[in-house]
Amino acid sequence: MAHYSFLHLTAAALGLGPRSGPVFGGAVPRRRYDVAIIGGGGHGLATAHYLAREHGVSDIVVIEKGWLGGGNTGRNTTIVRADYLLPGNLEFFGHALSMWPDLSRDLNFNVMFSPRGYLDLAHSDAQLDLFIRRANMLSLKGIQARIVDPQTLRDLEPALDIGPKPPVPVLGGLVQAGAGTARHDAVAWGYARSAHRQGVDIVQNCEVTGLKLEHEHIVGVETSRGMIETDTVVVSVAGHSSRLAAMAGIDLPIETYAVQAFVSEPLKPVLNRVTNMNIGLAYVSQTDKGEIVMGGSLEPLASYAQRGSVVRIGETASRLVHLLPFLSRVRLMRAWGGIADVTADGSAIVGPTPVGGLYLNAGWGYSGFKATPAAGWCLAHTVATGEVHPLIRPLGLERFTTGALLDEGGAGPYTWLH
Amino acid sequence: MLIIPCPWCGERDESEFSYGGPARPLPSLDADAAAWRRALYSCDNPMGWREELWFHGFGCRQWVVVRRHTVSQKIVDGRPPENPS
Ligand SMILES: Cc1cc2nc3c(=O)[nH]c(=O)nc-3n(C[C@H](O)[C@H](O)[C@H](O)COP(=O)(O)OP(=O)(O)OC[C@H]3O[C@@H](n4cnc5c(N)ncnc54)[C@H](O)[C@@H]3O)c2cc1C
Ligand SMILES: [Zn+2]
Repeated sequence: MAHYSFLHLTAAALGLGPRSGPVFGGAVPRRRYDVAIIGGGGHGLATAHYLAREHGVSDIVVIEKGWLGGGNTGRNTTIVRADYLLPGNLEFFGHALSMWPDLSRDLNFNVMFSPRGYLDLAHSDAQLDLFIRRANMLSLKGIQARIVDPQTLRDLEPALDIGPKPPVPVLGGLVQAGAGTARHDAVAWGYARSAHRQGVDIVQNCEVTGLKLEHEHIVGVETSRGMIETDTVVVSVAGHSSRLAAMAGIDLPIETYAVQAFVSEPLKPVLNRVTNMNIGLAYVSQTDKGEIVMGGSLEPLASYAQRGSVVRIGETASRLVHLLPFLSRVRLMRAWGGIADVTADGSAIVGPTPVGGLYLNAGWGYSGFKATPAAGWCLAHTVATGEVHPLIRPLGLERFTTGALLDEGGAGPYTWLH
Repeated sequence: MLIIPCPWCGERDESEFSYGGPARPLPSLDADAAAWRRALYSCDNPMGWREELWFHGFGCRQWVVVRRHTVSQKIVDGRPPENPS
């Protein structure tokens, strides 16, 4: 397979050298693998890539029921940030953010990471206090974050209507300079291509229908294309996590909710940073093509439908119009939804399970795109060495028994409040 | 907009209700830690029909139990809860 480079591109443009063919074809699964990874989203593919490259484990199959990145990986609003509060999440997401700048080079595939900055707006004294506390926690861990006042905000983002008589109060904001966006499907493709180059089989249109256990240990995976024997399985299926875990008799503190995003027609550059509004949640950024990408909070009801209610699109859009009045005259082009796996404390669950050989990577809800490289990295380490990577120790499933929860929102054990 | 069958008022708009989450029976007060862990954190999370609570706040102001399908979003079988919450 070709190594992408300036020379390769130039030669292809001039019609010299071989034409680029498909990067990989439809692999037919073999009978046995050392590791089976269920779910061909960014997380599953990243785990395969790091297992092969960092740990020399390449007898791997990635099993995807649809197409690569067709789950939440290709449906998210592509925001990459690390503005967490609680120890555990702080260190993990700090590390996650630090992996993005080198990812394109690392994968030899352009994931278009754009560290344009992230801006979280405070609309009340209480919110501003919380952001100051969060910025302090981040600074203590060496993760970039600063608080800015409304005057500075006006300079940073002239398009925002924040004064002198703003339609919604804006008291300040938290700015994270190295945060931004990345092209989501390129992340899936980049990891897939790199994993494939290292000998990983990637099987699409193949659904896992059962997990086979013997004496509380994984021995195989039943799929729509036959049985695959293996003694190590990684489950990375986002909204379908509960169903896969149930196949191994594990009951997860997770519910599945739809989340929507929508995008406008292309406009000239107007918005510099990814901007987050906190009177009801709404986030907005502008793509390289000029489209304004918008998203809001979870649909309030547990749902496996990859679509949501038009009422929620209206709610999110009407919030954003207060902040960016020009949006009222802009047409929407597309809206879509994904199904997010939301845990009872709002944080992810990554690591081993009570079933031998079965590892779980779930509960990322609507904020796990940014975690893709780090989750794959830490899980690969855990699977290959048998020792839970220190960064994901606080994210273990056992916290729901020990009580060491990671409740960022302070919302209690209700999935729909996270 | 979803249509919710209230046992007292008939079929009404979703906007008159607030969502109360899945109908989860609480264990007895002297139940062991494992039972409380299940009650607090476990989620059935079915892909299909499930029972849940809704509060008819802009109607009869009663809690109702319904069955909703988590893919088609169809809501059927509105009835009063056994233990009024
Ligand atoms: C609208 C929306 C906006 C979001 N915005 C952001 C954001 O701005 N920033 C951010 O960080 N995160 C965001 N997220 C969350 C982020 O997209 C996810 O957390 C992340 O992409 C999850 O990656 P994944 O690889 O675990 O899951 P997925 O990409 O969903 O991959 C899981 C795969 O498993 C497959 N699968 C399921 N069941 C089976 C089976 N039985 N057999 C075989 N395969 C199966 C699915 O087909 C799917 O392809 C958003 C999510 C949504 C829906
Ligand atoms: Zn009623």
